[in-house]
Amino acid sequence: MTTFLRKRIISSAVPLVFVVLGVFCLARLTGNPVDLYLPLSATPGQRAEFSAAHGFDDSIPVQLWHYLTQAAQLDFGTSLRTGQSATTMVLDAFPVTLQLAGMTMLLAILGALLVGSLAAHRPNSLIDRIAGLLSMTAASIPDFWFAIMGVLVFGVGLDLLPTSGTLGGPEIWVLPIATLLIRPFGVLVQVVRGSMVGALSAPYVKVARSKGAGAGRVVFGHALRNSVTPVLTVAGDLTVGLVNGAVIVETIFGWPGIGKLMIDSILQRDFAALQAAVLITAVTIFALNILVDVCQALIDPRVRQAVPA
Amino acid sequence: MTDPTPRPDAETYADADADAGTGTGTENCPPSARPPRWWRLLGRDRGAAVAAVVLALVFLVALFGRLFIGDRAIRQDLGASLRPPSLDHGFYGLLGTDVLGRSVLARLVEAAGTTLYVAVPAVLCSLVIGSALGMWAGYHGGWRENVAMRVADVILSFPSLLIAVVVLYVFAPSALNIVLILAIARVPVYLRTARAESAELRSRLFVDAARTFGTPSRNIIHRHILPIALPTLLTVATLDFCFVMLTESSLSFLGIGIQPPDVSWGLMVAQGRQYLQTAWWIAVLPGIAIVLTTVSATVLAAWVRLATDPGQRWRLTLPKKRRGARAAVPPEMIA
Repeated sequence: MTTFLRKRIISSAVPLVFVVLGVFCLARLTGNPVDLYLPLSATPGQRAEFSAAHGFDDSIPVQLWHYLTQAAQLDFGTSLRTGQSATTMVLDAFPVTLQLAGMTMLLAILGALLVGSLAAHRPNSLIDRIAGLLSMTAASIPDFWFAIMGVLVFGVGLDLLPTSGTLGGPEIWVLPIATLLIRPFGVLVQVVRGSMVGALSAPYVKVARSKGAGAGRVVFGHALRNSVTPVLTVAGDLTVGLVNGAVIVETIFGWPGIGKLMIDSILQRDFAALQAAVLITAVTIFALNILVDVCQALIDPRVRQAVPA
Repeated sequence: MTDPTPRPDAETYADADADAGTGTGTENCPPSARPPRWWRLLGRDRGAAVAAVVLALVFLVALFGRLFIGDRAIRQDLGASLRPPSLDHGFYGLLGTDVLGRSVLARLVEAAGTTLYVAVPAVLCSLVIGSALGMWAGYHGGWRENVAMRVADVILSFPSLLIAVVVLYVFAPSALNIVLILAIARVPVYLRTARAESAELRSRLFVDAARTFGTPSRNIIHRHILPIALPTLLTVATLDFCFVMLTESSLSFLGIGIQPPDVSWGLMVAQGRQYLQTAWWIAVLPGIAIVLTTVSATVLAAWVRLATDPGQRWRLTLPKKRRGARAAVPPEMIA
């Protein structure tokens, strides 16, 4: 188990390093923020002073070195946009997105396990076809459009739910979570159904049936454990995609989360905030991948033995 | 099917029987050696046929629509501002007008062109590059495989929308740049699939035989690995078409994709968003266009998967109920 964990950590850390370096370089490519933050009438002297104050006049390797040494001490500099510490901004925004994403994935996985198992229980039955069509549609709806339709129908038309903002009771969660939920849910239902169908035709399920186990016990007791491994893998990949969704959802509903922070920082060349936000996202995804691997190893002994290189 | 031809592939048949759980002998026989025509297979599957027709229509509109609408997609007529969909204002007033009095129908047609001019080249680029690299890496194994997979990991571990946002911000958000960034973001999907297929195929007997005869690896990949990996890759490409379309519309919606005066479906939704309360049709209709196209592509992908696999194709000649319960698309491909 320790060897397994060590190998997985090393192979997942490589992308992490590349992402951090890549964002640093790409952010520098977006141009010098001086042009954006100082008026056109600024004298060359003022521009040089602004650059020096924020370290933009150093060479790129020097800037990178500063960035890495400070990041090691959890200091990501100050945001150009707000003058706040980037760390504070990110730590304020992160829990919002984490709650949103965590709730979404939990609901998506539980819902998909239920619907997918029901569909796989009787392949080509009415339930299976309805679930198939629904999941395909859910996975293909553009999330921004779904969000706008939600606002139109429930916010404007029926006046049941708030159209944006984070003030209010539990009803503020409904539309953002529903928007984030549709794609992972649709994809996962198809994955659960696919792997369930495979598991249900396996010999050990026949044995369980012939011993007289009921339908519920066969599906949830025997087949589910075996078919949950691919579901976890796909769920891990989908969580990366959830960041895409978070950008859209937080923009539309005005949530002060990490997605909105990132897009605002990119558009306003706020390097410090962008790098901190990307780093915390990358670290979360990294931790999540490890978690998925550990869960899989715990659930399925075959994964533990066949350690990937 | 009461085709008395002997079973060409006993294993497939036994497998299928177990899946279908019927076990009623001769009726499920695979058809004769000559494969059935693909349009007959398509006709058998009503869902896939409808999807194919919808997609064909979208492509026809995208290709030729611009010839008919002229400049109606950009012609402004402030007197006709925000007309709801109705039959009173001729063909181009059918779906209403936007705030500048431009025909929504004409704009939808124009946008269909833009959307597909971005999505199709992006999918083709990533399909060709990803498959070639993946098959090469999988066939040779060793360091080539490791490097290719690590590159795929790096690209996939970063949210594609954010890469696109950063890159499009650095370089101007032109259609060409959108195609390039979408292609790069999706290469890993094909890379992984092609690598897995070719790593499995390289130890098969027919590949060994070809190698023994001294066939160069380039030809082995081309003649022996590509034909077997192609159905899977095409299925992935059909599914990926949805993803690329959705990403393009998200980018356009965020204001960093297609720029006005060009128009894409995502951009139309963004433009209609502020008139949501007074003129719902501006934002709703392009969304429906996106959903119709992507759902059709998804439905067709499931069919392509079966129709291009010689071992599975005969299932399509059966009525749907007896086709068996095989998962249409393997789970690892969907995400």
